[in-house]
Amino acid sequence: MSGLPHSSLERQRRRAAWLFLLPMLVVLAGVAGWPLFRTVFFSFTDATLATLDGFQGVGLDNYLWLVRDPVWWRAVWNTLVFTVVSVGIETALGLGIALILNAHLPGRGLLRAAVLIPWAIPTVVSAQMWGWMFHDLYGVVNAILMGLGLIAEPRAWTADPDLALPVVIAVDVWKSTPFMALLILAALQMLPRDLYEAARVDGVHPVKVFVRITLPLIRPALMVAVLFRTLDALRVFDLMYVLTGNSRSTMSMSVYARQYLIDFQDVGYGSAAATLLVLVLAAATVLAVTLGRVRVDAGR
Amino acid sequence: MGLRRIAFALVVLGIVVWAVFPFAWAIVTSLKAGSALFTVEAWPSQPSLANYAAIFKEQPFGRNILNSLMAASAVVALSLGLAVLAAYALGRVRFRGRGLLLFVVLGVSMFPQVAVLSGLFELVRWLGLYNRIGSLVLSYLIFTLPFTVWVLTTFMRELPKELEEAAMVDGAGPFVIVTRVFLPLMGPALAATGLLAFIAAWNEFLFALTFTLTDDARTVPVAIALMSGASQYELPWGQIMAASVVVTVPLIGLVLLFQRRIVSGLTAGAVKG
Repeated sequence: MSGLPHSSLERQRRRAAWLFLLPMLVVLAGVAGWPLFRTVFFSFTDATLATLDGFQGVGLDNYLWLVRDPVWWRAVWNTLVFTVVSVGIETALGLGIALILNAHLPGRGLLRAAVLIPWAIPTVVSAQMWGWMFHDLYGVVNAILMGLGLIAEPRAWTADPDLALPVVIAVDVWKSTPFMALLILAALQMLPRDLYEAARVDGVHPVKVFVRITLPLIRPALMVAVLFRTLDALRVFDLMYVLTGNSRSTMSMSVYARQYLIDFQDVGYGSAAATLLVLVLAAATVLAVTLGRVRVDAGR
Repeated sequence: MGLRRIAFALVVLGIVVWAVFPFAWAIVTSLKAGSALFTVEAWPSQPSLANYAAIFKEQPFGRNILNSLMAASAVVALSLGLAVLAAYALGRVRFRGRGLLLFVVLGVSMFPQVAVLSGLFELVRWLGLYNRIGSLVLSYLIFTLPFTVWVLTTFMRELPKELEEAAMVDGAGPFVIVTRVFLPLMGPALAATGLLAFIAAWNEFLFALTFTLTDDARTVPVAIALMSGASQYELPWGQIMAASVVVTVPLIGLVLLFQRRIVSGLTAGAVKG
């Protein structure tokens, strides 16, 4: 569009551009901007769900209660463990599956179709499916593990405080690895072929090719995928809520905030928790953009 | 070499089984009626469709499907309409603040949903939309709109400049260019983007759980999550699995049918090295 002269035509286009943007901006301001502002605002008040229009400012009280609540810190810990472990496993597995899919071998059509299935299944449905498989009395997981002699007696997978979080992580890995694999695969398919030809002619070991050529080249795309998954994992709600309810051993920050907001109707306190979650997400993004040098731009 | 091939085939087979088994097990479970549910067997000795009949008779699952369809269709139509216009502006016109706007749009899609819950609850109640589908259409825009704008912007940018210039020479204004010149070319992009946004809306749980109250107003994910049986302590696992199969089979079909488009749609939005 640089070929166009600075003319009234260009001015007209720019005016039209803002006009075209206006409806979207108004909607986003209404459904995202305003509600976020209200949440931050409520976090400094004693509002309850019943008295959303009659409340008093309480300053930082909600935050002071929050930082003294061990259950909140447990939720923060759960969320961080969930995020780091599940995104880590998903990245490693996704990379492996993407490499297999990218190596033109028989059966890769079947493999791609198969890994798309977990991605297509709604999170709630996958939580219920796995909840049934992990059922303490009638679950197939207990039956298989006992049949193989790996465990002596049935385990209460989702009720045992030591097992519940690993179970939630396992379900997330199952559900989200395909997304990771597809994004990495797209990056792999854009790599220049002749580089690999040259490496093959020179007889470079495949592992060295992967570490020296593939990994550096797909790093930007990989970082973006990791950032997206990380932000997604930090706000996790459905999985925990459906698999283990409001149980403390798996409760995430989102589950904690919603429990206060809706179940306990304490909008002020719940909003404070939600606001802190936003700050955690913002910190993670800033960290990724500065330390990981992730570049997310469509502005080219 | 032969041994390596076999090892490789086993790895691939393992991944396929891992990906497919849970859903296959859900299908098997959904066919078990009564006490058959409580025996672990690979295929029910007396397969029965009783669970499927029950979700439509004992539960308002037909109504739940209708609710999900209406909410998701409405929000996708609305998002695509708003996004096509915005994408033209963001993708093809140079103006100050464009980069910032794109960044804001991306930021909104990264929002934790719980962060807007109290503000949205107030808004929903104020508009009189509580326990109605309108509340879901309103709240789902938070994630469908940024997504559609982002993907369509990357697509708009790729369209040839000559088309637009020719239309301008003929005296066409920006609105005519978008609706008459570009829109007819965007069929595949709109279909792929719309499908992904539809799936996201169809699967949404937190807003649907919070803004609906009665069984009749629930969407599919909420119905599946909260399905209860005769007694409070006994979950109707057969029915839950039947409902899961009913809503997942069309999704899997669509995804497999459009797999190439979906992969390119996902990557258009996410990966820009």
